[in-house]
Amino acid sequence: MSAALALLVRDVKLAWREGGAIGVALGFYLVVVAITPFGLGPDLNLLARVAPGMLWVALLLAALLSADRIFHNDYEDGTLDVLTTGPLPLPVLAAVKSLAHWITTGVPLALLAPVLGLLLNLPLDAMPMLVLAMLAGTPAVSFIAAIGASLTLGLRRSGLLLALLVLPLYVPVLIFGVSTVSAAMVGPGSPWPPLLMLCALSLASIVLAPLAAAAALRTALR
Amino acid sequence: MQPPFTVSLEARDIACERGGRVLFQGLDFALQPGEALLVSGPNGAGKTSLLRQLAGLLPLEAGHLSAPGAEAGMAVAELCHYVGHLNAVKSAFTVRENLAFWAEFAGDGNVDAALAAFGLGPLAEISAGLLSAGQRRKLGLSRLFAAPRPIWLLDEPSVSLDTASVKRLDAAIRDHLKAGGIAIVSTHVPLKTRFTKQLTLGLERAA
Repeated sequence: MSAALALLVRDVKLAWREGGAIGVALGFYLVVVAITPFGLGPDLNLLARVAPGMLWVALLLAALLSADRIFHNDYEDGTLDVLTTGPLPLPVLAAVKSLAHWITTGVPLALLAPVLGLLLNLPLDAMPMLVLAMLAGTPAVSFIAAIGASLTLGLRRSGLLLALLVLPLYVPVLIFGVSTVSAAMVGPGSPWPPLLMLCALSLASIVLAPLAAAAALRTALR
Repeated sequence: MQPPFTVSLEARDIACERGGRVLFQGLDFALQPGEALLVSGPNGAGKTSLLRQLAGLLPLEAGHLSAPGAEAGMAVAELCHYVGHLNAVKSAFTVRENLAFWAEFAGDGNVDAALAAFGLGPLAEISAGLLSAGQRRKLGLSRLFAAPRPIWLLDEPSVSLDTASVKRLDAAIRDHLKAGGIAIVSTHVPLKTRFTKQLTLGLERAA
């Protein structure tokens, strides 16, 4: 347990220290959402209608920007070799590193989302549901990203391939994420059922994704 | 002072294949506590692959590894310290933080002992990104002392070390053997350690 905690603290500290990871993701998210009104024009109703989808798509792309860092840096400098001889089984290792990615990317992005919602004329009363949906959905984003990160380990310019592999897997998260926020904005249904689906998706990814990532890591380390 | 190690290591008939080429097969050796094995052979003979197999990073193509004397349920890899060609040093951390992580990760480690082992004490608060190649190597090797483990797997440990540090490395391996540890070293540079066993790879193909 203390090994897992030590690894988690180290990964969060490294993400903070090395800079780039958190800042770039937040900056990218801000820029993508900020240029949307220029593309769609100043129609406030239209902006509000596309806001949930826009915020979610931009969040997925921003989260993917730092996804290859989940394993890549540790693979390059030999740390991953040493970590695998440590006391943690490989799936637990993958889970801890995914969790660190969620803390350093998913949570900051989810907390920034309501500010960006203002740019898109998202109604204020939908904001709490927006943050809640994103906090519930982003664990799935990080844990699934870890599968892509481990599959593309050791490849040059792996970021693009990673996006191709992982983005299709985000479709369920996107659908239920957007329907949660839309339901909170205009109804007709309650936002809770899609929100619970998001939670289910995250829980399933937390259990299953580390197993897949560990299998991919084992091949990458050969 | 920790109690002496009591783990031995046995390899039975192990084989290694890389990219469809058999590097070695039918390899047997057994090491008792306090014994050291020198792995030698030309480049590409499979020295690194053998060490990576022992560390559990490469699958065994055939054969069996066991560690009699270890706690039940402990994998061989968990008894090993593997120091490979890469140093596993994080540039964004200070020297102390690097070692502190490994000490904490392995459990009940000792950071100060690790800092002292290769004389990195005065550099403890310096960012590891500023270290020279030799100093990074020393930091990588200091990990051996961050937490006690009975089996050391050292792949070319003396690369980029100065003469004084090679002596320290020699002394470190000697102390480790004296405490009942096992060391498996692959090196081209003659070390003063008395290796009780030798293994030369790459001969069966030449013969």
